[in-house]
Amino acid sequence: MNKAIMAAALVLTASSMGLTAAAAQSKPDKLKIGFVYVGPVGDFGWSYQHDQARQAIIKEFGDRVETTVLEKVGEGPDGERSIEQLARAGNKLIFATSFGYMDSVIKVAKKYPDVKFEHATGYKREPNVSTYAGRFYEGRIIQGMIAAKVSKKGVLGYIGSFPVPEVISGINATMLAAQKINPNIKIKIVWVNSWFNPGKEADAAKALIDQGADVIMQHTDSAAAMQIANERGIHAFGQDSDMIKFGPKAQLTAIVNNWTPYYVSRVKAVMDGNWASQDIWEGLKDKMIQMAPYTNMSDDLKRLAADTEAGIVAGTIKPFACPIVDQEGKEVECKGGDQLDDGQIRSMNFYVKGIDDKIPGK
Amino acid sequence: MDLVEAILLSIVTASTPLLLAASGELIAERAGVLNLGVEGMMLIGAVCGFAGAWTTGSTAIGALCGIVAGIALAALFAAAAIGLAINQVAAGLALTILGTGLAGLIGAPLVGESITAAPHLSLPWFTDLPLIGKLLFGQDTLVYLSIGLIAAIAYVLARTRTGLILRAVGDDPASAHALGYNVAAIRTLAVLFGGGCAGLAGAYLTLAYTPFYAPGMTAGRGWIALALVVFASWRPGRLVAGAALFGAVSILQLHAQAFGLGVPSQLMSALPYLATVPVLVLISRVRRGGSVAPAALGTAFVPER
Repeated sequence: MNKAIMAAALVLTASSMGLTAAAAQSKPDKLKIGFVYVGPVGDFGWSYQHDQARQAIIKEFGDRVETTVLEKVGEGPDGERSIEQLARAGNKLIFATSFGYMDSVIKVAKKYPDVKFEHATGYKREPNVSTYAGRFYEGRIIQGMIAAKVSKKGVLGYIGSFPVPEVISGINATMLAAQKINPNIKIKIVWVNSWFNPGKEADAAKALIDQGADVIMQHTDSAAAMQIANERGIHAFGQDSDMIKFGPKAQLTAIVNNWTPYYVSRVKAVMDGNWASQDIWEGLKDKMIQMAPYTNMSDDLKRLAADTEAGIVAGTIKPFACPIVDQEGKEVECKGGDQLDDGQIRSMNFYVKGIDDKIPGK
Repeated sequence: MDLVEAILLSIVTASTPLLLAASGELIAERAGVLNLGVEGMMLIGAVCGFAGAWTTGSTAIGALCGIVAGIALAALFAAAAIGLAINQVAAGLALTILGTGLAGLIGAPLVGESITAAPHLSLPWFTDLPLIGKLLFGQDTLVYLSIGLIAAIAYVLARTRTGLILRAVGDDPASAHALGYNVAAIRTLAVLFGGGCAGLAGAYLTLAYTPFYAPGMTAGRGWIALALVVFASWRPGRLVAGAALFGAVSILQLHAQAFGLGVPSQLMSALPYLATVPVLVLISRVRRGGSVAPAALGTAFVPER
């Protein structure tokens, strides 16, 4: 039995190694910055892009910063433990990069008032907690338009991770733009209940293609769907990163997250002593999201896509311009004047007219 | 009909890694060793398999690298759990953690690279048969290998002296030892075999399923394989059925969603695990219901000298 206890202790030690490494000492004048990622840095998607921004910080500030990364940290108790560990280890700025860390961040932030927290895609704030997110739906407008033009069967396939507002608003934005091109366009939605599960994402893409979809879009983090689309000779859009490598014949464009300018500015703010809690939600205009080159389409369509992008940047194209009609045919209350207001977009939990499906759990 | 064929094809692909990993674990458990490190061995197999194929351009070499890597990690487990008689559960969990870390380390430079997928069998005329053509004669090589493997396991366990000795070691290591068999050596071989299978299962993911590498590719399939062995009550035939069932549920729920049948996707995702519970209850109620749980499963054997 003693052996069992010994071995169990070994397991626990091994599993907490990643965390104790964060407690390493450093010179006091260095700004210590902690990062918590929900996926592996190498997912080539969401967490990868956050890490690109982290590397940009190191490039920018060199020896004046010291970064610690905790990757593949589960949302929930694991998240809270990891965030607190980083705070305790002397990190003065902590980036928590997934929606599900929200309550953990708030809880830890209250305990460590002199630590600054940056929470991606959340909506709860404190004097020492800022939130930031990209207006990903802006990219979906361009994708929906391209998809409707490219699709021969008029059926789009959409791989969703979890039915949270960020994903729902992406589906709606896609559909609204696609309907402008083809009023009868259909969209098939499959949820994989995971941000990152390449095998399942590939299976979902196959299922959608087998059922007639000829353009695949995804709100999951791996390049698996892109690869399947390429293999099956249909089109797809990259997510979070440019995935052209995985679909040289398939990728039309990709929504690329670009956190670098924001991260660098926040580090600078802490160094200059003027960091303050704020809520940042930026899109194509501020380059927090960018579109990968438009490929595998006609020059006309490329021009149309670029024009749409320019229109969104200029504000002449409004992704959620009123009137917006939901599935049941009811017009959605328009709180933002001529378009839905940000609060409505960020808490979106209905499908627009023309989507013949139900939001899971609703 | 096209859709049925497509669904069946996807089910085979989804079942294969589960079947491969579970086959190996079945042998290890029949020898009395519970190795919970399947997920870790699969991950290391996935990264080494990909690395092998990426460097050489050959799927076969990739598969071989995956097998060798799985065996190497299993050897560590064998040294701890059999050699030092450390608690098997703890050693297995530690193996998963180690495998995850190692795979991340080895795989770091490989992220973002891709390879050509494992070749699919193509026989003139046969592969073109409607409905069954691609299903029977158009799979990738590793699918046929996994079926051959489980058939061989079934035969060896039931019909050969080797199988008899293996089962004896798992059921009553003391008696097997008294009869002059080297329990430690036999168990080690069984664990290494399990490691090779798990490594190949992992390699299947990066070579055939989604031909690229990313950390954490297995996404819990190692744990499903472990559940599958129990689900199959340690019988090879049921293992095939179980793998097909687990694969079918995971594929069908995606199709059901795409059809727009309002099934809750979360429930469907949990179905294989939920199904395991009644099966376990049945097995424990009907002791003679065909469960052949090795009597000494999970207990270390240290011969008195």
